[in-house]
Amino acid sequence: MGMTMTQKILAAHAGKQEVRAGQLILAEVDMVLGNDITAPVAVREFEKIGIDKVFDTAKVAIVPDHFTPNKDIKSAEQCKMIREFSKRQGIEHYFEIGEMGIEHALLPEKGLVAAGEVVIGADSHTCTYGALGAFSTGVGSTDMAAGMAVGKAWFKVPPAIKFTLTGKPSQWVSGKDIILHIIGMIGVDGALYSSMEFAGDGIAHLSMDDRFTMANMAIEAGAKNGIFPVDHKTISYLAEHADRSYTAYAPDDDAEYVREYVIDLASLRPTVSFPHLPDNTRTIDEVGDVPIDQVVIGSCTNGRIEDLRIAASILKGRKAAKGMRLIIFPATQKIWKQALQEGLLEIFVDAGAAVSTPTCGPCLGGHMGILAEGERAVATTNRNFVGRMGHPKSEVYLASPAVAAASALTGKITGPDALDHTIGRNQADES
Amino acid sequence: MKAKGSVFRYGDNVDTDVIIPARYLNTSDPKELAQHCMEDIDEAFITQVKKGDIIVADKNFGCGSSREHAPIAIKASGISCVIACTFARIFYRNALNIGLPILECPEAASGIASGDEVEVDFDTGTITNLSTQESWKAEPFPEFMQELIKADGLIHYIRQGGMD
Ligand code: SF4
Repeated sequence: MGMTMTQKILAAHAGKQEVRAGQLILAEVDMVLGNDITAPVAVREFEKIGIDKVFDTAKVAIVPDHFTPNKDIKSAEQCKMIREFSKRQGIEHYFEIGEMGIEHALLPEKGLVAAGEVVIGADSHTCTYGALGAFSTGVGSTDMAAGMAVGKAWFKVPPAIKFTLTGKPSQWVSGKDIILHIIGMIGVDGALYSSMEFAGDGIAHLSMDDRFTMANMAIEAGAKNGIFPVDHKTISYLAEHADRSYTAYAPDDDAEYVREYVIDLASLRPTVSFPHLPDNTRTIDEVGDVPIDQVVIGSCTNGRIEDLRIAASILKGRKAAKGMRLIIFPATQKIWKQALQEGLLEIFVDAGAAVSTPTCGPCLGGHMGILAEGERAVATTNRNFVGRMGHPKSEVYLASPAVAAASALTGKITGPDALDHTIGRNQADES
Repeated sequence: MKAKGSVFRYGDNVDTDVIIPARYLNTSDPKELAQHCMEDIDEAFITQVKKGDIIVADKNFGCGSSREHAPIAIKASGISCVIACTFARIFYRNALNIGLPILECPEAASGIASGDEVEVDFDTGTITNLSTQESWKAEPFPEFMQELIKADGLIHYIRQGGMD
């Protein structure tokens, strides 16, 4: 019996010829990640182990991104603790304000993850790097501490679910719509404990940014990881960002999948997740009339340059609806600068947006855009749980950057293809 | 080892954002976190919970964020054990890694109601509903995980040379 891509990577890192679903293994890790919420707990646990030095100062990344720039005294103390730890330990990949970004956009951009590698991160969206053909998964702070100490982690080898993507998505259907569609189809625990392995000729139509978005949300289906095959787009991304050799794994022909789905990308529509679970999806044609107070474009899911370009293409020369709060946060400093150079920031500001420095901020209800009781937001983030973006009685609707931008213009959930007509009419009203 | 207490009963997909909302994550002090445990779905929880009490839930308990603050808050609130039909995977490993006992047992979950008195025997995996006198057996942990639990979590396990 053959192995899946995930199983091959895990076998290689456990020093084994073969692993099987369900087997417990100890694997070497290539990168251990933590942020300003999870790393402080990990540092305390690390110090209990009684090992003085991290296993490899080049294989630990610490990114203060959740409550930064520090939102209050307590978060400043947490950041101070991990800053001092990183300094004491000589951690090479500690990123301060001014060079940082949201961890899952930052690591690939800095070339800290490559195909075939094993990455653990004390953050559930660590699964993002599956877009690069790596095995990456979210763990807790204790796992991070152990990883920093011994460079290893324990894993139960996951069974796999195969998603064969065929055809070409239509103009306004992005990676976000595809993954929301999949989560709506299989449920928030539809891939529990499993790896989501993507395959099929449809992948060729997906940019790296689309793939990052999709792998990012594998955890929203309960998956251990999501993984894409390595193709020419992956290879040129890695050539541009990661200056080292790597291994591209491919699944065996007789790899075992517990379930298989075939998805015709051409048949998909822009998709929105209604409160309070990501699997509560509707196509844009089914949303009805949902007025909103705030739009958030950004996060580790959709804060990359392509996301900003799409939003800008819709917002260009137009104004957000009266009373709408439009918040845009590019995911990294580099993306922010690129958006500046391409003129996107000016388009956003002219449209009435507040453009933030990179931060997780509103995505987790941290700061910079908290919702009050009864308020509704359309967000390009990944979770719409109760209270996720603020008051327990507020509501978050998950959507693509295109839908979010279009909704900011009309003040209610709107698909970009409905826009020309609507906006034309609004503008006529104003004149 | 045994646990005994009265039950707080929850449904499907209890996520880590409601177990401990992000607005309180600017601290990692277990006692402070426990003050806000379950606040967004059950305000009464923290005023009513007694040492030894048990949480019982349906499927996918602990889904969402990887915050270890969630099992830490539950443990620090006095809860002795969580029983659910299924657990989200990061919560599952975090609970084992910090030494919060958890058991997967769909049959027991459906046979236990809010306020029932329940006893759990971790050595045998036996769950008894003292209020109805029904009992069930949870799947025992694989050997490696039993070793983790015996060592009282991953950190102690490493100290004992378990990851060499
Ligand atoms: S942007 Fe949101 S989902 Fe992504 S790491 Fe930050 S808080 Fe988590």
